[in-house]
Amino acid sequence: MEFTEEAVVLPAQVSSEIPSTSIEGQRALPPCPASHLWTSAAEYIVRERMREKLKAGRTKAKTTGQQEPQTSPSDREPFALDDLEFRRGDEKVSSRSRVKRQDSMPWRKKIQHDVPTSQEAYNFFAFSFFPEPLDMVTHVYMRRSSEHETCEEEPSGPDDEQEQKEKEEEEEKEEEEAGQEMEDPSLLKLEDRHLFIIDKVVPDLLEVKPAEFLDYQKRCEKEKSLLFTPSSVRVPVSLKVPENLQPRYLEEEGLYVGERPDVSLTNQNILENRLLQQEEGMKWFGDDGQVIALPNPIREYSTRLPFLSPLEHIDPALETVNRKTAKSKPTRYYTLGMADPHGDMQLDIDIPGLMFTHHSLFSREHVLADRLLQSYDHFLVRKQKNLVSQLRDKLHAIRTAVQNISELYNGSSLPPTIQRRVDEYKAEIRYTRKLLNSELEKDQTLLKSMIHVWKNIKALRDLQKFTNTPLKLLLRREEVDKIKEEQMYESEIQAEASELMEEYEEEYQKKLADFKAKYAEWKAWKKKQKSRKKMKQEQGEEGKEQEEEHDQEQGINLERPKRPEPVDQNTLVQQIRKRVYAIRKKPGEPLLIPELTSVGTITATELCPRSEVLRREDMLKRSFFIKIIFNNKVVSQTTSRSLNSDFRVHFGQIFNLKIYNQPESLKFQVFETMGLFPQMIAEVFIPIPETTLTTGSAPFEDYEFSSYQRVLFDHGGVGSDVPFSFEADGSNKVILLTSGKVSCSVSWAVGETSGEMNLQQSTGVQSTLKKHDIISSVRVSALRDMKMLSKWALESRLDPNDPNNTKLLQILKFATTGEVQIPNFFRLEELQEEFKFLKDKEFQKSKRFKLLELRNREVAEFRNYKLIPIMEREIPDKLLQEYEDRLKEIVVIDAKTQLDARRTLASNYLQKVRETVMTRFLIAKHHHNLWDIVVEEEIPSLALLGISFFTLLEPKRPLKPTRKERKKVTAQNLSDGDIKILVNVVRAYDIPIRRPIVSKTLVVSKSARTGTEIFAPGQPSQSASHASGHGWQFNQVLVRPFVEVTFQHAVQNTSAAEGPNPNWNEELELPFRAPRGNYSTSSLQSVKDNLFVNVFDELVFDMLEDDRERGTGIHTRTERHWLGSVRIPFTTIYFQSQIDGTFKIDCPPVLLGYVKYYGIGSDGGYDAVRNLSNGSYITLFITVEPQLAIAEAVREKRKSHCFLFLKFDSDEDEKLLQAAEKFHKRALLKFPTRRCLTSVTDIHGKTVFISRYVRPLDPPAELLETSLNNPQATAELVAYFVSLIPSLPDSVSFAGICDLWCTCDQFLHLLAGDEEEHAVLLCNYFLAMGKNAWLIIGNAIPEGPTVYVLTYEQNKFIIWNPSRGQFYSQYETFCPLQSVGCLVNADNVWFNIQQYDSPMRMNFDVSKSKFWKPFFTKSGSHPNLCSIQPEELIYYPTDKTAVAELQDRIEKLLKEKITEWRPRHPTRWNRYCSSSLRQFLPMLEMSRGRDVGDEHRLELQNLLGDYRICGFPMHMPFSDIEPIVEAVYSTGVHKNDIFNLEFALAVYICPYPNNVLSVWIYVASLVSKKYLQSHMSESSY
Amino acid sequence: MAAASPSVFLLLVNGQIESANLPEFDDLYCKYCFVYGHDWSPVSGLEEGISQITSKSRVTQQDLVWNFPIDITFKSTNPFGWPQVVVSVYGPDVFGNDVVRGYGAVHIPITPGRHKRTIPLFVPESTSRLQKFTSWFLGRRPEFTDPKVVAQGEGREVTRVRSQGFLTLSFNIVTKDLKKLGYDTTSEMISVPEATYRP
Repeated sequence: MEFTEEAVVLPAQVSSEIPSTSIEGQRALPPCPASHLWTSAAEYIVRERMREKLKAGRTKAKTTGQQEPQTSPSDREPFALDDLEFRRGDEKVSSRSRVKRQDSMPWRKKIQHDVPTSQEAYNFFAFSFFPEPLDMVTHVYMRRSSEHETCEEEPSGPDDEQEQKEKEEEEEKEEEEAGQEMEDPSLLKLEDRHLFIIDKVVPDLLEVKPAEFLDYQKRCEKEKSLLFTPSSVRVPVSLKVPENLQPRYLEEEGLYVGERPDVSLTNQNILENRLLQQEEGMKWFGDDGQVIALPNPIREYSTRLPFLSPLEHIDPALETVNRKTAKSKPTRYYTLGMADPHGDMQLDIDIPGLMFTHHSLFSREHVLADRLLQSYDHFLVRKQKNLVSQLRDKLHAIRTAVQNISELYNGSSLPPTIQRRVDEYKAEIRYTRKLLNSELEKDQTLLKSMIHVWKNIKALRDLQKFTNTPLKLLLRREEVDKIKEEQMYESEIQAEASELMEEYEEEYQKKLADFKAKYAEWKAWKKKQKSRKKMKQEQGEEGKEQEEEHDQEQGINLERPKRPEPVDQNTLVQQIRKRVYAIRKKPGEPLLIPELTSVGTITATELCPRSEVLRREDMLKRSFFIKIIFNNKVVSQTTSRSLNSDFRVHFGQIFNLKIYNQPESLKFQVFETMGLFPQMIAEVFIPIPETTLTTGSAPFEDYEFSSYQRVLFDHGGVGSDVPFSFEADGSNKVILLTSGKVSCSVSWAVGETSGEMNLQQSTGVQSTLKKHDIISSVRVSALRDMKMLSKWALESRLDPNDPNNTKLLQILKFATTGEVQIPNFFRLEELQEEFKFLKDKEFQKSKRFKLLELRNREVAEFRNYKLIPIMEREIPDKLLQEYEDRLKEIVVIDAKTQLDARRTLASNYLQKVRETVMTRFLIAKHHHNLWDIVVEEEIPSLALLGISFFTLLEPKRPLKPTRKERKKVTAQNLSDGDIKILVNVVRAYDIPIRRPIVSKTLVVSKSARTGTEIFAPGQPSQSASHASGHGWQFNQVLVRPFVEVTFQHAVQNTSAAEGPNPNWNEELELPFRAPRGNYSTSSLQSVKDNLFVNVFDELVFDMLEDDRERGTGIHTRTERHWLGSVRIPFTTIYFQSQIDGTFKIDCPPVLLGYVKYYGIGSDGGYDAVRNLSNGSYITLFITVEPQLAIAEAVREKRKSHCFLFLKFDSDEDEKLLQAAEKFHKRALLKFPTRRCLTSVTDIHGKTVFISRYVRPLDPPAELLETSLNNPQATAELVAYFVSLIPSLPDSVSFAGICDLWCTCDQFLHLLAGDEEEHAVLLCNYFLAMGKNAWLIIGNAIPEGPTVYVLTYEQNKFIIWNPSRGQFYSQYETFCPLQSVGCLVNADNVWFNIQQYDSPMRMNFDVSKSKFWKPFFTKSGSHPNLCSIQPEELIYYPTDKTAVAELQDRIEKLLKEKITEWRPRHPTRWNRYCSSSLRQFLPMLEMSRGRDVGDEHRLELQNLLGDYRICGFPMHMPFSDIEPIVEAVYSTGVHKNDIFNLEFALAVYICPYPNNVLSVWIYVASLVSKKYLQSHMSESSY
Repeated sequence: MAAASPSVFLLLVNGQIESANLPEFDDLYCKYCFVYGHDWSPVSGLEEGISQITSKSRVTQQDLVWNFPIDITFKSTNPFGWPQVVVSVYGPDVFGNDVVRGYGAVHIPITPGRHKRTIPLFVPESTSRLQKFTSWFLGRRPEFTDPKVVAQGEGREVTRVRSQGFLTLSFNIVTKDLKKLGYDTTSEMISVPEATYRP
């Protein structure tokens, strides 16, 4: 601790030591043993040293002669110090000064610095820092502790001046308060005593006293003295700056002052007040009286550093690299081979002002004044130039020169050179003289006009009685020496006359010579004429006329040339005089020099008439500014200035344009502001200055502008583009346009450091600009035009040696010579070739690349091909071969027959269409919507909330539980074996039953069903008809049907049940395997596999030959007989996610050995119901486990996709499409499950309104002819015909994605189509047949979304299944149509808004708006859509021979196949049976598979009595051979291994028009009964 | 496959999802899966995994540590479609609903050696403020239909996401036959930073 040298401060320092030293004293001194408790040795040493210092200080202080009566004898010291301490405490109590207040703070601080012992800590906490106003006696303990407090004070940093002062004061007071002090010692003693025994005695010393209470006011007073509440009142600036100083605002001085942090004003005031209270508070304030603050560190936007843990070593790649900032090079577009100037240039534009030569606000006087002004200006300019005297001098000089020459040679002939010079001189004289004369004339006229205008002005001023312009023309008269002038005048005239004389003489001579020549010519001609006349006279009269005419034609009718007149000198002189008189002033006349001054006074506004006042007011309103546009960009604009009374606008602004781009244009736009909106008056184009023009040297130039604006005023302003006249009678009208001059100077700035540098660079630019810059000479767009370029190059004469031009010249060379064709395209990627890592050829060759490419293109075969081998050799050749074959197949048709060719063609075409659609779909698939990617809960609507509320009230275990949605599985983590198809085979109805072999009784059971009853199936018409069951033994097994489900070559069987109405209720599980293990949506929906549900009859034969073994062994043989099947495509299951219903089993019309079961107890009333079903039915529940969620997603996709299709293209009216979209949306909103179809996609991918498809079309005539009397039969036949057109076998692959609707002719041409094509065709046929027909759009099982046909006959609605040719009554139980979405006919579309959509519960009356919502309402105009169908369909007969050929081929193939399928057994063919079957097939065709079974069976039995025949005919439309083989295989006819089995096979194809073929296949297996009987007996059960 | 002329190359990845820094959330677990091209197929190891729920340490850093191992071997014939690991982090929200807290993806490093990757995590944003509120309230935040979306570029343009935090993964990569098949992923330049082992 150092003492400062200053003597004045010293005592204070001494005193400042006092508190600490006093403690030391206390402790160090023997009477204070308590100090031992806590003093450490170190402390002791310190204290000792301190004390020494103190002493030294004191002695020093004394020596300085401080008058303070400081008495601190060393022996008294401890006491004195203690006293001081106490007093100090008192002092605090009473102190009012702020010094004291502040005092308390350092105390605390000091305490904190110490390391407290436990006691210290206690004391610290027990001590009250604000000594209370209590007397010492009562608060002994407190005092003690306060003392301790002081004791604890370490001698640390008492440099504080405040403290010094304080102590100083304390010491000063010491004496004064002596009296008080006197009391203290006693207390002290008491206290001292306590000091010794402090720990133990404290409780004894405590006095119990009532709680101290200080009344509030007093306390407030006390607190006021102690506490300081900074006010939030604004602190006057004067307090904050040093005295006698004005606040200094740096910002105003132009220094940068950062933004201050945002502190609320109150807080700021509080802070300032607080600071001011402090000593040294001023240092917190800056010069401007504000608290010194750093600029606001808080950014306005938040930044977040990437997360990098501090421990982690920063990746070198992530480390920040600091680069120096570099100025980006200015972009100079199209700088072609030009020196690149490095620096930027500056263009200085000085615009002093603007002057109007005419303005719409000009008064008449102004117009005149302006004229005067202009002519005066003109005059001044002329005067400055002084052309007259110049010309005179010149003339004089030349004359003397000529004279000299003539004098020199003095008449002698001049040498030719001199002569020529003289001639030249003369010519010059002539020219100069003319000029002089004209100049003189001009001078004269100018003067005259000025005077004239001035007179006019004067007259006008007189007339209007006020003055608008300050102009005044004075004519100064200058007297001249008359004689001298006269002499000059005369001499000039003489000179001119002589010269002219000479000239004329020359001319005369020339003319004379000319005349002579001509005259000679004329003479010759005359002679000729005469001689010719003579000849003519000789020749005769006729020729003469001709000749004359001829002469005239020749035009050589020469006249006699006149002789030129010599010029008379006198007349010439007269002429000259006359002229000179006119243009020159007379000699001796005084010279008139006009002087224009503007000293005149303008009449004050008050004195003016109204119109003038208005004009002047209007003038005041106007203001003007100029926009500077550089390179077509506005760069700056002048301030807006008002118009002076003399129509000048003063700007006086200089603009410095820093230029980066080449200056191309510079223009000013003059704007006039009248009211709010500025209006452009004119544009002034300013030339870019030469580089030599630098600031300072550039003169001001005036650029004129004018505007064609028409302005008309009703006040004194003459307006613009308005005719007006100065004459009283209004004649001599003048039209003036607003015009004026901008005065400005444009120059290049001289660089700051070196003007030269900048100049040179800019020279480079400028010079090239003028000559070499293509941009300035040819427009940019013309750059591509080689012709323009070469033209420009020629014109500008490029320097070929200039390296800058080499490129350009090269181009031009090519362009002009045409050696190299200049490509007319622009290549973006010139180096593309070099980036290819393979040559195209190699790429083509490589199988691997090809494979990769095909996969990338998502070609169907390779779409999800996995692990394309890395090596070429590992790719099997046949992989690509197949694909290439397919590609070729489209071109090459393996035409075996004509029929096939047609069909392949059609199918190929269809394939192509499908592919294009597919690619389109794939493109659309890559177009994503948010809901494709992000799953987001919809905002719960009120309805949804309500539903969820009701679900709470539902019973926990309802009596009839409904199937709940299972959890859906996304496709991502599926693999083979995860997905299974569950088929729940519930029951079947009306399975055909076996015909017992033993029974020979032939029961003729012919169905009484006839055509008339078809449409009245409800009537129990057949009840009496069947008695087939009567003779049956009841122990006979009727049938043992079981169901076999086949899917993807996996086969599952149910157990065999008994009877024609079996009940299995078994669940079969079939594994599902996606193609190539790809379970993505696109892959799943393209699965083409079908699920076959086959119903078989199980026959069990007992093979046991020895009855004795019967007890011990079972030896049976089972045989299965196919009874029927149901085919369900996988996609249907996939899209429906579950199929639940009763399906009609496809039973063959004749099942040999079986008979249709029509119920045993046939007298019951329920027969009626039973007989509704004309066939066998099976109830199935099919689903996929786990449920594939994608089905839903695909649908979504389809929707958006269809929307995309909508967007694609359509010939439909946009409004119609929108309406359709709206209709669709609304329908969906109300009935989300019902199908609503308004617009469909045609084969070209265009959207077509659906009702355009409906149009009556005639069916083939032969169909109509077959049964003319029976309309029902005809209808059935037509439906049959339609159903014979094969369904597109793989249409399911994008059935759900987008349906393509072919028109009927397309359909018939392609011979393949979906349900909708069938339906449309059938509907159109029905319409042509005069029926009421509609298309039903709805859902059916098993096909899912489909189209049916509805007809209205005999007050009944009939539903037709177009692809099967079957029809149902509206109330039929097993109608496959499950729901109806909408009805369509040619005029309208109706959407089903009934409560139910099941056809049974519906009303099909579309006229009822309660049930059906029409698309075209009655009010809405029906746009009368024309149909897209052809007017009529063209039918052609099918080639019979080709059909026969095909028939043979199929038969042969099937026989081969069956043999092939039975590799372990010999396959024998029974020809006899086959032929008899063949005969039977046409009958089946005739009856369309109905009602012939029994007759046929009888027939067969007669023929082949010895055989047990088991077989059936199959019927199908012909599409290809492949499905036929498949169908035969699926029946399992071949799966019979009886040794002696024989087969019979017959194929019959019935041709219909347009190659529609109906194929019948009869397959039968025959077993000789003898063999049977000898080998086995039918099992008894 | 013969050693002399390999027809596939192998990529052996082992590593772990170390930790995540998601300052606002706690009690999170994560799932990972791999996205790879057609020419890749996993040979062994788990293609997908779900980690334990981890809570933040009360004492030290705010990181959520899983140390969830990844161990998988791929075989491939084509480096195109190099596998990416997709990590999605889930955890309970205020109401205890399990919501997504972040998606992130990163390519498996192509060079052999030890790598550490810190990937940002993000979640799709709700389409509107009302949606945002309801999704918050109902605990059904928007999620990607398939977390693998984050490894693909297709369809991302329709989404808006918010970043949530960071996740650190470490990988140890071993490749086999990559160089023999002509793909050189290790060069002098690259191998330098990898050589230094950082604990």
